[in-house]
Amino acid sequence: MLQSMKHLPVFQVAFKLYSDPNYPATMESFEDQIVALQSYLLRFARLQLRNDTWAEDAVSETVLAALAKPQAFGNRSQLKTWLVGILKHKVIDALRHHSREVSTAPQSDDDTADPLELIAFKGDGHFAEAPADWGDPEQEFSNRQFFAVLEACTNQLPANQGRLFLMREWLELSSEEICKELHLTPTNLYVQLHRARLRLRACLELHWFARTPN
Amino acid sequence: MLFFSRTCREVTTMLVAREDQTLPWTDRIGVKIHLSICNTCPLFERQMLTMRHSFQRWRHYTEDETPPTPGSTTLDKKIG
Repeated sequence: MLQSMKHLPVFQVAFKLYSDPNYPATMESFEDQIVALQSYLLRFARLQLRNDTWAEDAVSETVLAALAKPQAFGNRSQLKTWLVGILKHKVIDALRHHSREVSTAPQSDDDTADPLELIAFKGDGHFAEAPADWGDPEQEFSNRQFFAVLEACTNQLPANQGRLFLMREWLELSSEEICKELHLTPTNLYVQLHRARLRLRACLELHWFARTPN
Repeated sequence: MLFFSRTCREVTTMLVAREDQTLPWTDRIGVKIHLSICNTCPLFERQMLTMRHSFQRWRHYTEDETPPTPGSTTLDKKIG
C-alpha cells in the first residue's frame, strides 16, 4: 500500500504535464532549435576560418548534418556541444580543402615583425621592465567580459596567425597535425604561433589586466 | 652549470615555445634552474599559464554557455 502511494505524486505530475494544452506548443522543434543556433556557430566558424564564405559553408554543412540525424537533448547546452563538435569537423575539412590558400597567404607586417620586440629587454638579456602581476586567474574566469576580451584579442590577430593559433586552442590539434594538414614546416608554424601568443599577451595586458579597476 | 645557464630573454622565448612544442631536455632544465633563481621570469611564466588556462576555460565556456536570455543563466546570477 505504502509502496503504491509513493508513486502517486509522480503520476499526478506526469498527467498534469501531458494534459496541459500548452505543453507541446512550448517545446521548440529540433529544427527550430538548430536554426536558432546558426549565428552562434557562425561566430566560431568566422573566428577560426577568417573567411566569411568558408565560414557560412561550414555552418550550413553543420546544420544539414545535424538535421539529418535528429537527436533528443536534455538541454540547450548539450545541443550546443553536439553542434560545435560537428562544426569543428566541418571547419577542419574547410582548412584542409583551402590549405594552399591558408599556408601561402600573404604575410602582413605583423606577421614578420620580431615578436620579442613586444617585450623590452636590456642588452644583457634581462627584462627592461618586470612583467605585470596578472593576479588570480580564477577570478577573471567568473567574469563573462573576460571571455569577450579574449575573443576580441584573438580576432585581432593577423588572419593567418589567428587561424593557426585557433587550430591549436579551439580545434585542439597538435603542432604535428597542423603541419600535416597545411603542409607547413614546423619552424614556420612555431614562428607564427610564437608571434600569436606574444601578441595576445600584449592585447590582454592592455585591454584587460591593465584596466582601471572599477 | 654554465651549460644550463639562460638569460631572461632566452627563457621568455622558451616559455612561449613550450606551449606548442617539446623543448630539448637541456632547455627544460635550463628553464627550471633559471626560474628558481630569477625574480622576473616567474611573473612571465604565470602570465603564460593564465593564458593557457584561459583558453581551456574558453573552450569549456563556449560549450557550456546557456542561452542568452537575461537573468536565466547561472553566470548572470553569479555576476549579479
